[in-house]
Amino acid sequence: MAEATTTNPATTLLQVSNIEVIYDHVILVLKGVSLSVPEGGIVALLGANGAGKSTTLKAISNLLRAERGDVTKGSIEYKGQRIDGLTPNDLVKRGVIQVMEGRHVFGHLTVEENVMTGAYTRNDGAAAIRDDLDLVYRYFPRLKERRRSVAGYTSGGEQQMTAIGRALMSRPKMILLDEPSMGLAPQLVEEIFEIVKRLNEQEKVSFLLAEQNTNIALRYAKYGYILENGRVVMDGDATALAANEDVKEFYLGLSGTKRKSYREVKHYRRRKRWLS
Amino acid sequence: MELQDLYFLIEVIIGGLMAGVLYSLVALGFVLIFKASGVFNFAQGAMVLFAALPVVRLIEWGVPVWAAIAAAAAIMIGLAFVIERTVLRPLVNQEGIILFMATLGVTFLLEGLAQQIWGSEVYRLDIGIPTDPLFLGEILVNGFDISVAVAAGLLVAALIAFFQTTKVGRALRAVADDHQAAQSVGIPLNHIWIIVWSIAGLVALIAGIVWGSKLGVQFAMTFVALKALPVLILGGFTSIPGAIVGGLIVGAGEKLSEVYLGPIIGGGLENWFAYMLAMVVLLFRPQGLFGEKIIERV
Repeated sequence: MAEATTTNPATTLLQVSNIEVIYDHVILVLKGVSLSVPEGGIVALLGANGAGKSTTLKAISNLLRAERGDVTKGSIEYKGQRIDGLTPNDLVKRGVIQVMEGRHVFGHLTVEENVMTGAYTRNDGAAAIRDDLDLVYRYFPRLKERRRSVAGYTSGGEQQMTAIGRALMSRPKMILLDEPSMGLAPQLVEEIFEIVKRLNEQEKVSFLLAEQNTNIALRYAKYGYILENGRVVMDGDATALAANEDVKEFYLGLSGTKRKSYREVKHYRRRKRWLS
Repeated sequence: MELQDLYFLIEVIIGGLMAGVLYSLVALGFVLIFKASGVFNFAQGAMVLFAALPVVRLIEWGVPVWAAIAAAAAIMIGLAFVIERTVLRPLVNQEGIILFMATLGVTFLLEGLAQQIWGSEVYRLDIGIPTDPLFLGEILVNGFDISVAVAAGLLVAALIAFFQTTKVGRALRAVADDHQAAQSVGIPLNHIWIIVWSIAGLVALIAGIVWGSKLGVQFAMTFVALKALPVLILGGFTSIPGAIVGGLIVGAGEKLSEVYLGPIIGGGLENWFAYMLAMVVLLFRPQGLFGEKIIERV
Protein backbone atom coordinates (compact mmCIF):
# COMPACT_ATOMS: atom_id res chain seq x y z
CA MET A 1 0.00 0.00 0.00
CA ALA A 2 2.73 2.39 1.01
CA GLU A 3 4.76 1.37 -2.02
CA ALA A 4 1.87 2.09 -4.32
CA THR A 5 1.63 5.74 -3.28
CA THR A 6 5.31 6.61 -3.24
CA THR A 7 6.67 7.50 -6.63
CA ASN A 8 9.17 5.23 -8.19
CA PRO A 9 12.49 7.11 -8.40
CA ALA A 10 13.14 5.70 -11.83
CA THR A 11 9.93 7.05 -13.38
CA THR A 12 10.56 8.77 -16.67
CA LEU A 13 9.89 12.49 -16.40
CA LEU A 14 10.82 13.54 -19.89
CA GLN A 15 10.88 11.34 -22.95
CA VAL A 16 12.14 12.65 -26.28
CA SER A 17 11.55 10.19 -29.10
CA ASN A 18 13.30 10.44 -32.42
CA ILE A 19 12.74 14.15 -33.02
CA GLU A 20 13.76 15.86 -36.19
CA VAL A 21 14.18 19.64 -36.23
CA ILE A 22 14.25 21.84 -39.28
CA TYR A 23 15.08 25.54 -39.22
CA ASP A 24 13.54 27.88 -41.76
CA HIS A 25 11.90 24.91 -43.51
CA VAL A 26 15.21 23.87 -45.08
CA ILE A 27 18.02 23.43 -42.58
CA LEU A 28 17.93 19.99 -41.00
CA VAL A 29 19.57 20.26 -37.59
CA LEU A 30 18.39 17.29 -35.55
CA LYS A 31 18.16 14.01 -37.42
CA GLY A 32 16.41 11.79 -34.96
CA VAL A 33 17.33 12.47 -31.35
CA SER A 34 15.94 10.34 -28.55
CA LEU A 35 16.65 10.68 -24.88
CA SER A 36 14.96 10.36 -21.55
CA VAL A 37 15.32 12.03 -18.19
CA PRO A 38 14.20 10.11 -15.11
CA GLU A 39 12.43 11.90 -12.29
CA GLY A 40 15.08 13.38 -10.00
CA GLY A 41 17.87 12.77 -12.49
CA ILE A 42 20.69 14.87 -13.84
CA VAL A 43 21.26 14.01 -17.47
CA ALA A 44 24.06 15.50 -19.54
CA LEU A 45 23.81 16.23 -23.22
CA LEU A 46 27.32 16.38 -24.57
CA GLY A 47 28.88 17.24 -27.87
CA ALA A 48 30.87 19.80 -29.81
CA ASN A 49 29.71 23.14 -31.16
CA GLY A 50 26.85 22.74 -33.58
CA ALA A 51 26.12 19.16 -32.57
CA GLY A 52 22.53 20.11 -31.76
CA LYS A 53 22.57 20.37 -27.97
CA SER A 54 20.92 23.78 -27.74
CA THR A 55 18.46 22.89 -30.46
CA THR A 56 17.40 19.80 -28.54
CA LEU A 57 16.77 21.87 -25.41
CA LYS A 58 14.90 24.51 -27.36
CA ALA A 59 12.79 21.86 -29.02
CA ILE A 60 11.72 20.69 -25.57
CA SER A 61 11.09 24.18 -24.14
CA ASN A 62 9.60 25.24 -27.49
CA LEU A 63 11.72 28.35 -27.75
CA LEU A 64 12.47 26.92 -31.17
CA ARG A 65 9.38 28.49 -32.68
CA ALA A 66 10.79 31.95 -32.00
CA GLU A 67 13.86 31.05 -34.05
CA ARG A 68 11.82 29.76 -36.98
CA GLY A 69 12.54 26.17 -36.14
CA ASP A 70 10.05 23.30 -36.20
CA VAL A 71 9.90 19.82 -34.78
CA THR A 72 8.89 17.91 -37.90
CA LYS A 73 9.08 14.32 -36.66
CA GLY A 74 9.03 12.47 -33.40
CA SER A 75 7.42 13.29 -30.08
CA ILE A 76 8.23 14.88 -26.76
CA GLU A 77 6.47 13.62 -23.66
CA TYR A 78 6.57 15.05 -20.18
CA LYS A 79 4.97 13.02 -17.39
CA GLY A 80 3.50 10.81 -20.07
CA GLN A 81 1.77 13.63 -21.95
CA ARG A 82 2.69 15.03 -25.33
CA ILE A 83 4.09 18.53 -24.88
CA ASP A 84 5.33 19.34 -28.36
CA GLY A 85 3.35 22.29 -29.62
CA LEU A 86 2.72 23.81 -26.19
CA THR A 87 3.89 27.40 -25.74
CA PRO A 88 6.81 28.18 -23.40
CA ASN A 89 4.25 29.84 -21.14
CA ASP A 90 2.29 26.56 -20.82
CA LEU A 91 5.48 24.59 -20.27
CA VAL A 92 6.71 26.89 -17.52
CA LYS A 93 3.34 26.51 -15.81
CA ARG A 94 3.74 22.72 -16.00
CA GLY A 95 7.22 22.92 -14.52
CA VAL A 96 9.57 22.79 -17.51
CA ILE A 97 11.83 25.82 -17.86
CA GLN A 98 14.95 26.55 -19.85
CA VAL A 99 17.98 28.53 -18.70
CA MET A 100 19.36 29.81 -21.96
CA GLU A 101 22.91 29.64 -23.18
CA GLY A 102 24.78 32.85 -22.52
CA ARG A 103 22.63 33.67 -19.46
CA HIS A 104 20.31 36.20 -21.15
CA VAL A 105 19.64 38.23 -18.03
CA PHE A 106 17.52 41.35 -18.41
CA GLY A 107 20.36 43.84 -18.56
CA HIS A 108 18.51 46.94 -17.41
CA LEU A 109 16.63 45.31 -14.56
CA THR A 110 18.16 44.84 -11.13
CA VAL A 111 19.24 41.40 -10.02
CA GLU A 112 16.19 41.07 -7.79
CA GLU A 113 13.82 42.23 -10.53
CA ASN A 114 15.40 39.67 -12.83
CA VAL A 115 14.83 36.89 -10.35
CA MET A 116 11.25 38.03 -9.76
CA THR A 117 10.36 37.88 -13.45
CA GLY A 118 10.65 34.10 -13.07
CA ALA A 119 7.50 34.18 -10.95
CA TYR A 120 5.41 35.68 -13.75
CA THR A 121 3.35 32.56 -14.39
CA ARG A 122 2.56 31.96 -10.73
CA ASN A 123 -0.63 32.96 -9.02
CA ASP A 124 -0.21 31.41 -5.61
CA GLY A 125 0.16 34.73 -3.81
CA ALA A 126 2.88 37.19 -2.84
CA ALA A 127 3.82 35.35 0.36
CA ALA A 128 4.72 32.12 -1.42
CA ILE A 129 6.72 34.05 -4.00
CA ARG A 130 8.53 35.92 -1.22
CA ASP A 131 9.43 32.58 0.39
CA ASP A 132 10.88 31.33 -2.86
CA LEU A 133 12.88 34.52 -3.29
CA ASP A 134 14.43 33.82 0.11
CA LEU A 135 15.09 30.26 -1.03
CA VAL A 136 16.90 31.55 -4.12
CA TYR A 137 18.97 33.87 -1.92
CA ARG A 138 19.86 30.95 0.34
CA TYR A 139 21.25 29.05 -2.62
CA PHE A 140 22.90 32.12 -4.09
CA PRO A 141 23.98 34.42 -1.22
CA ARG A 142 25.92 36.50 -3.78
CA LEU A 143 22.67 37.48 -5.45
CA LYS A 144 21.33 38.81 -2.18
CA GLU A 145 24.36 41.06 -1.81
CA ARG A 146 23.91 42.33 -5.35
CA ARG A 147 20.12 42.43 -5.42
CA ARG A 148 19.98 46.17 -6.16
CA SER A 149 22.65 46.13 -8.86
CA VAL A 150 21.70 46.44 -12.49
CA ALA A 151 22.10 42.93 -13.84
CA GLY A 152 23.87 44.06 -17.02
CA TYR A 153 26.82 45.25 -14.97
CA THR A 154 27.26 42.15 -12.83
CA SER A 155 29.90 39.51 -13.53
CA GLY A 156 29.39 36.47 -15.73
CA GLY A 157 29.11 34.18 -12.72
CA GLU A 158 26.56 36.42 -11.07
CA GLN A 159 24.58 36.54 -14.28
CA GLN A 160 24.55 32.76 -14.50
CA MET A 161 23.34 32.62 -10.90
CA THR A 162 20.70 35.22 -11.70
CA ALA A 163 19.51 33.17 -14.66
CA ILE A 164 19.26 29.97 -12.60
CA GLY A 165 17.64 31.83 -9.70
CA ARG A 166 15.13 33.35 -12.10
CA ALA A 167 14.20 29.89 -13.38
CA LEU A 168 13.83 28.58 -9.82
CA MET A 169 11.18 31.20 -9.11
CA SER A 170 8.81 29.37 -11.41
CA ARG A 171 8.97 26.32 -9.11
CA PRO A 172 10.23 24.04 -11.85
CA LYS A 173 10.26 20.24 -11.84
CA MET A 174 12.66 20.15 -14.74
CA ILE A 175 15.32 22.68 -15.70
CA LEU A 176 16.86 22.61 -19.15
CA LEU A 177 20.24 24.13 -18.44
CA ASP A 178 22.18 25.23 -21.49
CA GLU A 179 25.97 25.62 -21.17
CA PRO A 180 26.15 26.83 -17.58
CA SER A 181 29.95 26.79 -17.76
CA MET A 182 30.21 29.10 -20.75
CA GLY A 183 32.79 31.82 -20.24
CA LEU A 184 33.21 31.20 -16.53
CA ALA A 185 36.33 30.60 -14.47
CA PRO A 186 36.83 26.93 -13.50
CA GLN A 187 36.25 27.68 -9.84
CA LEU A 188 32.93 29.34 -10.60
CA VAL A 189 31.90 26.48 -12.86
CA GLU A 190 32.49 24.12 -9.95
CA GLU A 191 30.41 26.37 -7.70
CA ILE A 192 27.51 26.46 -10.16
CA PHE A 193 27.53 22.67 -10.57
CA GLU A 194 27.60 22.19 -6.80
CA ILE A 195 24.45 24.29 -6.59
CA VAL A 196 22.86 22.29 -9.39
CA LYS A 197 23.58 19.15 -7.40
CA ARG A 198 22.08 20.61 -4.24
CA LEU A 199 18.98 21.78 -6.10
CA ASN A 200 18.64 18.30 -7.51
CA GLU A 201 18.93 16.64 -4.11
CA GLN A 202 17.09 19.11 -1.90
CA GLU A 203 14.51 20.71 -4.19
CA LYS A 204 13.94 17.57 -6.29
CA VAL A 205 14.56 19.43 -9.55
CA SER A 206 15.53 17.25 -12.49
CA PHE A 207 18.12 18.60 -14.89
CA LEU A 208 18.85 18.12 -18.53
CA LEU A 209 22.08 19.97 -19.07
CA ALA A 210 23.80 20.69 -22.34
CA GLU A 211 27.51 21.09 -21.81
CA GLN A 212 30.72 21.25 -23.77
CA ASN A 213 32.75 20.78 -20.65
CA THR A 214 32.41 17.01 -20.73
CA ASN A 215 34.67 16.48 -17.77
CA ILE A 216 32.63 18.37 -15.23
CA ALA A 217 29.29 17.39 -16.75
CA LEU A 218 30.07 13.69 -16.37
CA ARG A 219 31.15 14.19 -12.78
CA TYR A 220 27.79 15.66 -11.79
CA ALA A 221 25.40 13.88 -14.14
CA LYS A 222 24.15 10.36 -13.64
CA TYR A 223 23.60 9.63 -17.28
CA GLY A 224 24.89 11.12 -20.50
CA TYR A 225 24.12 11.34 -24.19
CA ILE A 226 26.67 12.31 -26.79
CA LEU A 227 25.41 14.20 -29.80
CA GLU A 228 27.21 14.51 -33.08
CA ASN A 229 25.83 16.15 -36.15
CA GLY A 230 22.26 16.09 -34.92
CA ARG A 231 22.31 12.44 -33.83
CA VAL A 232 22.90 10.62 -30.57
CA VAL A 233 26.03 8.58 -31.19
CA MET A 234 26.52 7.18 -27.73
CA ASP A 235 24.80 7.09 -24.39
CA GLY A 236 25.32 5.48 -21.03
CA ASP A 237 25.90 5.95 -17.33
CA ALA A 238 28.13 8.91 -16.60
CA THR A 239 30.83 6.73 -15.06
CA ALA A 240 30.78 4.36 -18.02
CA LEU A 241 31.02 7.24 -20.48
CA ALA A 242 33.88 8.81 -18.55
CA ALA A 243 35.73 5.50 -18.72
CA ASN A 244 35.03 4.94 -22.42
CA GLU A 245 38.16 5.14 -24.57
CA ASP A 246 36.47 7.08 -27.38
CA VAL A 247 34.97 9.63 -25.02
CA LYS A 248 38.32 10.04 -23.33
CA GLU A 249 39.98 10.58 -26.67
CA PHE A 250 37.48 12.95 -28.24
CA TYR A 251 35.84 14.78 -25.36
CA LEU A 252 38.10 14.59 -22.37
CA GLY A 253 41.37 15.22 -24.16
CA LEU A 254 42.97 12.12 -22.67
CA SER A 255 44.46 9.72 -25.15
CA GLY A 256 45.23 6.15 -24.33
CA THR A 257 48.49 4.42 -25.06
CA LYS A 258 47.82 3.94 -28.73
CA ARG A 259 47.05 7.13 -30.60
CA LYS A 260 44.23 6.75 -33.07
CA SER A 261 44.83 7.64 -36.67
CA TYR A 262 42.70 10.24 -38.42
CA ARG A 263 41.14 7.56 -40.59
CA GLU A 264 39.88 5.76 -37.51
CA VAL A 265 38.40 8.99 -36.25
CA LYS A 266 36.45 9.42 -39.44
CA HIS A 267 35.31 5.86 -39.23
CA TYR A 268 34.09 6.36 -35.70
CA ARG A 269 32.24 9.48 -36.62
CA ARG A 270 30.46 7.77 -39.44
CA ARG A 271 29.02 5.16 -37.14
CA LYS A 272 25.41 6.07 -36.52
CA ARG A 273 23.15 5.05 -33.77
CA TRP A 274 19.43 5.17 -34.20
CA LEU A 275 17.65 4.96 -30.93
CA SER A 276 14.10 4.85 -32.06
CA MET B 1 9.34 97.90 -17.68
CA GLU B 2 11.95 95.29 -16.83
CA LEU B 3 9.48 93.43 -14.65
CA GLN B 4 7.02 93.47 -17.55
CA ASP B 5 9.62 91.84 -19.78
CA LEU B 6 10.18 89.14 -17.21
CA TYR B 7 6.47 88.42 -16.96
CA PHE B 8 6.27 88.22 -20.72
CA LEU B 9 9.19 85.80 -20.79
CA ILE B 10 7.49 83.59 -18.22
CA GLU B 11 4.24 83.65 -20.18
CA VAL B 12 6.06 82.64 -23.34
CA ILE B 13 7.75 79.78 -21.51
CA ILE B 14 4.48 78.59 -20.00
CA GLY B 15 2.76 78.75 -23.38
CA GLY B 16 5.60 76.72 -24.86
CA LEU B 17 5.52 74.15 -22.08
CA MET B 18 1.80 73.65 -22.64
CA ALA B 19 2.34 72.94 -26.31
CA GLY B 20 5.16 70.70 -25.17
CA VAL B 21 2.78 68.63 -23.03
CA LEU B 22 0.97 67.65 -26.22
CA TYR B 23 4.15 66.59 -27.93
CA SER B 24 5.03 64.63 -24.81
CA LEU B 25 1.76 62.76 -24.84
CA VAL B 26 2.21 61.64 -28.42
CA ALA B 27 5.88 60.80 -27.87
CA LEU B 28 4.88 58.74 -24.84
CA GLY B 29 2.81 56.45 -27.05
CA PHE B 30 5.82 55.86 -29.28
CA VAL B 31 8.10 55.14 -26.34
CA LEU B 32 5.73 52.61 -24.75
CA ILE B 33 5.46 50.50 -27.88
CA PHE B 34 9.11 50.87 -28.82
CA LYS B 35 10.22 49.76 -25.37
CA ALA B 36 8.06 46.68 -25.22
CA SER B 37 8.25 45.40 -28.75
CA GLY B 38 11.10 47.23 -30.44
CA VAL B 39 8.63 48.41 -33.04
CA PHE B 40 8.63 51.99 -34.15
CA ASN B 41 4.90 52.53 -34.39
CA PHE B 42 4.34 54.98 -37.18
CA ALA B 43 0.59 54.70 -36.58
CA GLN B 44 0.74 56.58 -33.26
CA GLY B 45 -0.38 59.83 -34.89
CA ALA B 46 -3.22 58.07 -36.68
CA MET B 47 -4.24 56.48 -33.39
CA VAL B 48 -4.64 59.96 -31.90
CA LEU B 49 -7.15 60.83 -34.63
CA PHE B 50 -8.76 57.40 -34.48
CA ALA B 51 -9.34 57.84 -30.74
CA ALA B 52 -10.55 61.44 -30.84
CA LEU B 53 -13.09 61.15 -33.65
CA PRO B 54 -15.52 58.78 -31.90
CA VAL B 55 -15.42 60.98 -28.77
CA VAL B 56 -16.49 63.99 -30.82
CA ARG B 57 -19.25 62.23 -32.69
CA LEU B 58 -20.67 60.43 -29.70
CA ILE B 59 -20.87 63.70 -27.78
CA GLU B 60 -22.59 65.25 -30.79
CA TRP B 61 -25.13 62.44 -30.70
CA GLY B 62 -25.95 63.31 -27.12
CA VAL B 63 -23.93 60.66 -25.33
CA PRO B 64 -22.59 61.93 -21.99
CA VAL B 65 -18.93 62.97 -22.07
CA TRP B 66 -17.70 60.24 -19.72
CA ALA B 67 -19.51 57.55 -21.70
CA ALA B 68 -18.09 58.83 -24.98
CA ILE B 69 -14.58 58.70 -23.55
CA ALA B 70 -15.17 55.23 -22.11
CA ALA B 71 -16.43 54.04 -25.48
CA ALA B 72 -13.36 55.46 -27.22
CA ALA B 73 -11.14 53.75 -24.64
CA ALA B 74 -12.90 50.46 -25.36
CA ILE B 75 -12.36 51.02 -29.09
CA MET B 76 -8.63 51.59 -28.53
CA ILE B 77 -8.30 48.41 -26.46
CA GLY B 78 -10.20 46.50 -29.14
CA LEU B 79 -7.83 47.95 -31.70
CA ALA B 80 -4.87 46.62 -29.69
CA PHE B 81 -6.35 43.10 -29.87
CA VAL B 82 -6.93 43.38 -33.60
CA ILE B 83 -3.42 44.70 -34.31
CA GLU B 84 -1.82 41.97 -32.21
CA ARG B 85 -3.85 39.29 -33.98
CA THR B 86 -3.56 40.50 -37.55
CA VAL B 87 -0.24 42.34 -37.69
CA LEU B 88 2.13 41.49 -34.85
CA ARG B 89 1.49 37.77 -34.48
CA PRO B 90 2.01 36.83 -38.13
CA LEU B 91 5.11 39.01 -38.31
CA VAL B 92 6.75 37.82 -35.11
CA ASN B 93 10.55 37.53 -35.37
CA GLN B 94 10.71 39.54 -38.54
CA GLU B 95 13.15 42.39 -38.96
CA GLY B 96 12.31 45.69 -37.29
CA ILE B 97 11.97 47.38 -40.66
CA ILE B 98 9.26 44.94 -41.73
CA LEU B 99 7.25 45.67 -38.62
CA PHE B 100 7.79 49.36 -39.22
CA MET B 101 6.38 49.00 -42.73
CA ALA B 102 3.43 47.13 -41.28
CA THR B 103 2.69 50.04 -38.95
CA LEU B 104 2.79 52.32 -41.99
CA GLY B 105 0.01 50.17 -43.41
CA VAL B 106 -1.88 50.39 -40.13
CA THR B 107 -1.55 54.18 -40.32
CA PHE B 108 -3.31 54.43 -43.66
CA LEU B 109 -5.95 51.95 -42.61
CA LEU B 110 -6.72 53.85 -39.41
CA GLU B 111 -6.82 57.23 -41.14
CA GLY B 112 -9.16 55.90 -43.79
CA LEU B 113 -11.39 53.97 -41.41
CA ALA B 114 -11.67 56.78 -38.88
CA GLN B 115 -12.83 59.24 -41.50
CA GLN B 116 -15.06 56.73 -43.25
CA ILE B 117 -16.93 55.93 -40.08
CA TRP B 118 -16.88 59.19 -38.16
CA GLY B 119 -16.58 61.85 -40.84
CA SER B 120 -13.75 63.98 -42.09
CA GLU B 121 -14.56 67.57 -41.24
CA VAL B 122 -13.00 69.67 -38.52
CA TYR B 123 -14.96 69.08 -35.34
CA ARG B 124 -15.10 71.15 -32.20
CA LEU B 125 -14.56 69.14 -29.05
CA ASP B 126 -15.72 70.43 -25.70
CA ILE B 127 -15.54 68.05 -22.77
CA GLY B 128 -16.22 70.76 -20.21
CA ILE B 129 -12.74 71.64 -19.02
CA PRO B 130 -12.87 75.31 -17.96
CA THR B 131 -10.90 77.54 -20.31
CA ASP B 132 -11.08 80.83 -18.42
CA PRO B 133 -7.82 82.74 -18.22
CA LEU B 134 -6.28 82.89 -14.79
CA PHE B 135 -3.92 85.38 -13.24
CA LEU B 136 -1.18 83.89 -11.12
CA GLY B 137 0.11 87.13 -9.61
CA GLU B 138 0.86 89.19 -12.69
CA ILE B 139 1.16 86.25 -15.03
CA LEU B 140 -1.67 85.33 -17.33
CA VAL B 141 -2.24 81.63 -17.88
CA ASN B 142 -4.96 79.57 -19.48
CA GLY B 143 -7.05 77.49 -17.07
CA PHE B 144 -7.35 74.72 -19.65
CA ASP B 145 -3.59 74.46 -19.92
CA ILE B 146 -3.28 74.05 -16.18
CA SER B 147 -5.82 71.21 -16.13
CA VAL B 148 -4.04 69.50 -19.00
CA ALA B 149 -0.67 69.81 -17.34
CA VAL B 150 -2.01 68.32 -14.12
CA ALA B 151 -3.69 65.47 -16.01
CA ALA B 152 -0.55 64.75 -18.00
CA GLY B 153 1.50 64.75 -14.81
CA LEU B 154 -0.87 62.27 -13.17
CA LEU B 155 -0.83 60.06 -16.25
CA VAL B 156 2.94 59.92 -16.31
CA ALA B 157 3.15 59.23 -12.59
CA ALA B 158 0.65 56.41 -12.98
CA LEU B 159 2.57 54.92 -15.90
CA ILE B 160 5.89 55.07 -14.08
CA ALA B 161 4.35 53.46 -11.01
CA PHE B 162 2.87 50.76 -13.22
CA PHE B 163 6.18 50.03 -14.93
CA GLN B 164 8.32 50.12 -11.81
CA THR B 165 6.20 48.39 -9.20
CA THR B 166 3.76 45.94 -10.77
CA LYS B 167 4.40 42.43 -11.96
CA VAL B 168 3.12 43.17 -15.45
CA GLY B 169 5.18 46.37 -15.58
CA ARG B 170 8.27 44.40 -14.69
CA ALA B 171 7.42 41.85 -17.36
CA LEU B 172 7.04 44.67 -19.89
CA ARG B 173 10.51 45.93 -19.06
CA ALA B 174 11.86 42.39 -19.24
CA VAL B 175 10.39 41.94 -22.71
CA ALA B 176 11.93 45.25 -23.75
CA ASP B 177 15.35 43.99 -22.69
CA ASP B 178 15.37 40.50 -24.12
CA HIS B 179 12.20 39.07 -25.53
CA GLN B 180 13.58 35.58 -25.99
CA ALA B 181 14.64 35.35 -22.37
CA ALA B 182 11.27 36.76 -21.35
CA GLN B 183 9.64 33.96 -23.30
CA SER B 184 11.91 31.41 -21.65
CA VAL B 185 10.63 32.32 -18.19
CA GLY B 186 7.05 31.99 -19.37
CA ILE B 187 6.08 35.57 -20.14
CA PRO B 188 3.62 35.33 -23.05
CA LEU B 189 4.64 37.93 -25.62
CA ASN B 190 1.15 38.12 -27.14
CA HIS B 191 -0.40 39.33 -23.89
CA ILE B 192 2.39 41.83 -23.37
CA TRP B 193 1.85 43.29 -26.83
CA ILE B 194 -1.89 43.63 -26.29
CA ILE B 195 -1.29 45.36 -22.97
CA VAL B 196 1.27 47.77 -24.34
CA TRP B 197 -0.73 48.64 -27.46
CA SER B 198 -3.77 49.21 -25.27
CA ILE B 199 -1.83 51.59 -23.05
CA ALA B 200 -0.46 53.38 -26.11
CA GLY B 201 -4.04 53.60 -27.41
CA LEU B 202 -5.26 55.15 -24.16
CA VAL B 203 -2.39 57.64 -24.20
CA ALA B 204 -3.35 58.47 -27.79
CA LEU B 205 -6.93 58.99 -26.64
CA ILE B 206 -5.84 61.48 -24.01
CA ALA B 207 -3.59 63.26 -26.48
CA GLY B 208 -6.47 63.34 -28.96
CA ILE B 209 -8.88 64.83 -26.45
CA VAL B 210 -6.43 67.50 -25.36
CA TRP B 211 -5.34 68.36 -28.89
CA GLY B 212 -8.90 68.27 -30.15
CA SER B 213 -10.21 70.53 -27.39
CA LYS B 214 -7.53 73.05 -28.25
CA LEU B 215 -7.46 73.04 -32.03
CA GLY B 216 -10.43 70.95 -33.11
CA VAL B 217 -10.46 67.31 -34.12
CA GLN B 218 -9.18 67.08 -37.67
CA PHE B 219 -7.02 65.10 -40.03
CA ALA B 220 -4.05 67.40 -39.35
CA MET B 221 -3.77 65.66 -35.96
CA THR B 222 -1.94 62.79 -37.57
CA PHE B 223 0.93 65.15 -38.28
CA VAL B 224 1.54 65.64 -34.59
CA ALA B 225 3.41 62.41 -34.97
CA LEU B 226 6.04 64.24 -36.97
CA LYS B 227 6.63 66.70 -34.14
CA ALA B 228 6.99 63.79 -31.76
CA LEU B 229 10.04 62.55 -33.67
CA PRO B 230 12.46 65.28 -32.56
CA VAL B 231 11.00 64.90 -29.08
CA LEU B 232 11.92 61.22 -29.14
CA ILE B 233 15.39 61.90 -30.42
CA LEU B 234 15.90 64.49 -27.72
CA GLY B 235 14.48 62.45 -24.87
CA GLY B 236 15.60 59.02 -25.97
CA PHE B 237 13.45 56.35 -27.58
CA THR B 238 13.23 54.19 -24.51
CA SER B 239 12.63 56.65 -21.71
CA ILE B 240 9.24 57.70 -20.38
CA PRO B 241 10.67 60.67 -18.45
CA GLY B 242 12.67 61.43 -21.60
CA ALA B 243 9.50 61.72 -23.67
CA ILE B 244 8.02 64.15 -21.16
CA VAL B 245 11.10 66.31 -20.67
CA GLY B 246 11.89 66.16 -24.38
CA GLY B 247 8.39 67.38 -25.21
CA LEU B 248 8.60 70.23 -22.72
CA ILE B 249 12.02 71.31 -23.99
CA VAL B 250 10.88 71.26 -27.61
CA GLY B 251 7.67 73.12 -26.76
CA ALA B 252 9.34 75.84 -24.71
CA GLY B 253 12.33 76.02 -27.05
CA GLU B 254 10.29 76.64 -30.15
CA LYS B 255 8.19 79.38 -28.57
CA LEU B 256 11.23 81.10 -27.08
CA SER B 257 13.16 80.93 -30.31
CA GLU B 258 10.19 82.22 -32.28
CA VAL B 259 9.63 85.17 -29.97
CA TYR B 260 13.20 86.19 -29.28
CA LEU B 261 15.22 84.95 -32.23
CA GLY B 262 12.46 85.17 -34.82
CA PRO B 263 12.64 88.96 -35.31
CA ILE B 264 16.43 88.78 -35.74
CA ILE B 265 16.78 85.96 -38.27
CA GLY B 266 13.33 86.06 -39.78
CA GLY B 267 10.17 84.21 -38.70
CA GLY B 268 9.11 80.62 -39.13
CA LEU B 269 11.62 79.38 -36.58
CA GLU B 270 8.90 77.55 -34.73
CA ASN B 271 8.55 75.12 -37.59
CA TRP B 272 12.12 73.93 -37.82
CA PHE B 273 13.57 74.62 -34.38
CA ALA B 274 12.69 71.14 -33.10
CA TYR B 275 14.36 69.38 -36.01
CA MET B 276 17.48 71.51 -35.68
CA LEU B 277 17.64 70.63 -32.01
CA ALA B 278 17.17 66.93 -32.81
CA MET B 279 20.05 67.05 -35.25
CA VAL B 280 22.38 68.59 -32.69
CA VAL B 281 21.37 65.91 -30.19
CA LEU B 282 22.02 63.18 -32.75
CA LEU B 283 25.50 64.55 -33.32
CA PHE B 284 26.52 64.77 -29.70
CA ARG B 285 24.34 62.38 -27.74
CA PRO B 286 22.70 59.86 -30.03
CA GLN B 287 20.96 57.90 -27.26
CA GLY B 288 19.11 61.08 -26.26
CA LEU B 289 19.09 62.84 -22.92
CA PHE B 290 17.51 59.96 -21.03
CA GLY B 291 17.93 57.05 -23.40
CA GLU B 292 19.07 53.80 -21.93
CA LYS B 293 22.75 53.34 -22.07
CA ILE B 294 23.76 50.43 -24.19
CA ILE B 295 25.27 48.08 -21.66
CA GLU B 296 28.27 46.35 -23.06
CA ARG B 297 30.49 44.08 -21.08
CA VAL B 298 33.87 43.20 -22.39
